[in-house]
Amino acid sequence: MRFLLVEDSDDLAAAVVSRLALDGHGVDRAATLLEARDFLDSAPYDLILLDISLPDGDGRDFLARERQARRDTPVIMMTASASLSDRVSTLDRGADDYITKPFDFAELLARCRAVLRRHAGAADSRQHFKGFTFDALAATLTIGDETRELRARELRLLEILLSRPGQTYSKSHLIDRLFSFDEEVSDNAIEVYVGRLRRKLDGSGARLETLRGVGYRLIPE
Amino acid sequence: MRRFLAARSTGFSLRGRLVWQFVALSLVLVVALFFAVRLAAERASRASQDAVLGAAVIAVADAIRPVDDGLAFDLPYAAFSMLGAMGNERIFYSLSIGPRHVSGYEDLPPPPVPAEALSPVFYSADYGVNRLRLASVTRRVLLEDSLREVTVVLGQTRYGQALIARDTARIAAWVGMGFLLLAVPMALLAARAVIGPVDLLAEAVTRRGPQDLRPVRHPAPRELLPLVGALNGFIARLRGALQMAETFIFEAAHRIRTPLSLVRTEAEIALAETSDEATRIRLRRMLRAIGESSRSASQILDHATVLYRSEQFEPEPVDLAALAAGVLRALEPVAEMREIAFVASGLDQPVRVQGDGRMLEVALRNILDNALKYSHDEGRIFVALRRQDGRTELTVEDEGRGLSPDDGDLSGRFRRGSNVGEIVGSGLGLTIIEEAATAHGGSFSLKPRAEKGACAILSLPSSPSPSA
Amino acid sequence: MRDLVLAIVTLALGLIAPAGAFEIEEERIFGAPQGRELSIISTTDVPAIAPVMEAFVRHRPEARIRYMQAASTEVFRAIHDEQAEIDLVMSSAMDLQMRLANDGFAAPISPEIDGLPDWARWRDQLFGVALEPVLTLASRRGLGDLAPPRTRRDLIAMLREHPDRFDGRVATYDPQSSGVGYFLISQDSSQSDSFWRLAEVMGRLNTRLYCCSGEMINDLRSGRITIAYNVVASYAARYAPDDPDLIRLALEDYTFAIQRSALVPVNAPDPEYATEMLSFLLTPEAQAIMAESSGVALIPGTGPAASVHLRPVRLDAGLLVYGDQLRRGNLLAEWTAAMVQP
Repeated sequence: MRFLLVEDSDDLAAAVVSRLALDGHGVDRAATLLEARDFLDSAPYDLILLDISLPDGDGRDFLARERQARRDTPVIMMTASASLSDRVSTLDRGADDYITKPFDFAELLARCRAVLRRHAGAADSRQHFKGFTFDALAATLTIGDETRELRARELRLLEILLSRPGQTYSKSHLIDRLFSFDEEVSDNAIEVYVGRLRRKLDGSGARLETLRGVGYRLIPE
Repeated sequence: MRRFLAARSTGFSLRGRLVWQFVALSLVLVVALFFAVRLAAERASRASQDAVLGAAVIAVADAIRPVDDGLAFDLPYAAFSMLGAMGNERIFYSLSIGPRHVSGYEDLPPPPVPAEALSPVFYSADYGVNRLRLASVTRRVLLEDSLREVTVVLGQTRYGQALIARDTARIAAWVGMGFLLLAVPMALLAARAVIGPVDLLAEAVTRRGPQDLRPVRHPAPRELLPLVGALNGFIARLRGALQMAETFIFEAAHRIRTPLSLVRTEAEIALAETSDEATRIRLRRMLRAIGESSRSASQILDHATVLYRSEQFEPEPVDLAALAAGVLRALEPVAEMREIAFVASGLDQPVRVQGDGRMLEVALRNILDNALKYSHDEGRIFVALRRQDGRTELTVEDEGRGLSPDDGDLSGRFRRGSNVGEIVGSGLGLTIIEEAATAHGGSFSLKPRAEKGACAILSLPSSPSPSA
Repeated sequence: MRDLVLAIVTLALGLIAPAGAFEIEEERIFGAPQGRELSIISTTDVPAIAPVMEAFVRHRPEARIRYMQAASTEVFRAIHDEQAEIDLVMSSAMDLQMRLANDGFAAPISPEIDGLPDWARWRDQLFGVALEPVLTLASRRGLGDLAPPRTRRDLIAMLREHPDRFDGRVATYDPQSSGVGYFLISQDSSQSDSFWRLAEVMGRLNTRLYCCSGEMINDLRSGRITIAYNVVASYAARYAPDDPDLIRLALEDYTFAIQRSALVPVNAPDPEYATEMLSFLLTPEAQAIMAESSGVALIPGTGPAASVHLRPVRLDAGLLVYGDQLRRGNLLAEWTAAMVQP
């Protein structure tokens, strides 16, 4: 997916860009509302991550202007204040969702998916690999004529593996990406999801390979 | 929620003090009047009685005649009668030639200064047990071929005079007492007139709504203007302080959250990029700590919100069903991550309660947060809203770990259940929910379900009393 | 009879009384022998007062009255000099009573005094209890065909015109020895100039001087004297109520009435009882008894009304002047000069 991140803190912006890149998302970053306007004019974006307080204005006012101009790129507001009135006014002015800093990236992506899913057809979220097509928004895996439903963690797992096909991911790495850090997860928990995904990938021309003692990777058959 | 905080009394009433001061002042005036009148009466009667005594002593002296063989002395009856008429006094006299006592009472006190022939000398002295007022004149009489000084001393008691003075003063005292009796209702009236505007002002301030922080514009007498001014100043400061406190809390949260975001993001990236297991464990710990502080910050804010709003509770109709649906929707993506399903019932049609929407939202979010936190992956959370016996009940049940029997009071601030394991949570959540429920005149209970998991029930009166 | 009683009492008193004590002429107990005792010293003769005392004990069966009769100077001495413990002091010597009150020997009391005239009390210490007109008595036999004088002028004229008939037969008090006598000549001398003329005439007629009314009346009745000038009426009424020979002359120029007055000494053993007695003396009942013997009521309405010639002597501080030694000396010197003529 292609994101526009509007965030004035350089450090935070750089970190967020790197983090999203890990999941294979393309991110442009605007430091001001003016820059954001330029980016939006020059390229289409699947989703805008919009901070509220920016050097040249309030993100919510910018959003209101966007909506008035009938530009309906989905927007998730990022807020640090977490005040209820902020949230309410955010949603009132046309934001699709909000997330409170500091955020869990897994939660952010889950919210992004939920927003994009509501904006049906707004973004092309399909990825092709060997013999299957993966639609992250629809949470489906299509092999030939057959469409297979993916559950949330299977989807996340496939997303991670697909972002760098062929790369080996260790168990603990995958656990970190798949589960919230708040949760207590055993190493074996990942094996359940790997097993399920492996079955769903049957006949897709791709294989989820287990490298004993090292990890997992997605490779063409 | 109106709260009347009784001010600490200094132990006296302004009205009482006013009345007592008025009465005490009157009393002092009455006593002063009594003594002034008594003194004046004493002086006046003494002056008139001295005049009579002076006339009498001269009449007595005039009755002294030298005759061939000595001194003729015809003590005038009229003079004594006159003296006696002045209040039935006791009368004493003496006649002496030079130092020799000749007639009358012996040992009458002599005048302090030698008396003259024409104007009597007046003086007071004790004679026996009596206090006397005396007058004395001295005549020179040719006696046995030599000029001799004949001294007449006439004295009288002044019981009558004291009696007159006392009587006059007593009349004054009665008049004063009458005035004093009159002074009490007058003082009460005056005190009421003085205190009246204060009461009116207090009533005007009391009548205000809890969120009415406008300056007091009630007309007040000039003397009360400083008080009204101070009150308005205080109201303005209070308003400022409330706004500042709110702003401060949210500003503080903002300041903490932005760098926390950076730390978290960087930690996640580092975690993704390193394969050294020891470093990864550290990074995980760090991320967990950040999660905990972030959640604590949120809950502190929620708590502040609940406290602030329950101080200024002003209920209005709230659709609890819509509110709950909104909260569920906001939490949906989080639940979905862990493949937890919300199973809702009773949210499809409006359920109105009297309450504060934002406070209720905070409460609901914390209840659901708690349920999510303790739910197993791929579990279900049942949310049900129903009316029962004039109460509106929202039930949230999860299938996760329940409560152990010794967790009698889970709402203790910053305390955590014994079986929460590694789950991040400050324990403030339950306090927030309970305080919000109490503010609405409702209740919150958390108990284990029959099989597994816990059942949280938020019970609100359908039409809660505003003073709860 | 009276002399006998007097002698016995005097003898008895002489035995028990300490040396220098005041002299009592007669003592009588009224009422119950063991009752609540009230001691009274008075100048009034026992027979004159007895009906009143008896009335009192009739009303109060528990009362026991010790009544002592004494000369006025003795009454004065008892209280003033000896501070005798007596409950009630009654005396006709107004000047002496006033002197007692003025010198602080009378206690302030508040008896019931309904109707008592203002001039009959001094402060709340001295109260008049009876009026005693001072009369001139004459023997009808002694006067013979002479008309009884109506005024002092008549009296003087009569005496002057018949010196032979009146020589040695005129009597009056001896002011040297009688307190009442001195008091009366003081009153007379300040009241009228004609008194000295009368004194002169009386001196020329070798007037006999008496210490007491009783003897004077006795001599009058026995025919030893014809005219008794200045006699206190109550005696006259008591001793000669129906003697047809006795003429009571209330001289029309003026007739004095002295007041018998009462006081309660400051050291009275039972002042409440004394006050009660005083209140009783002022009741119509007691007043009527006393008015009967004196012929005139002190409290209007309780007995015979006073005649227009009657001049009651006020209880007044002016009475004090009669005690003055110089004044007394001057007056007596003048009296003696009038009496003893060369």
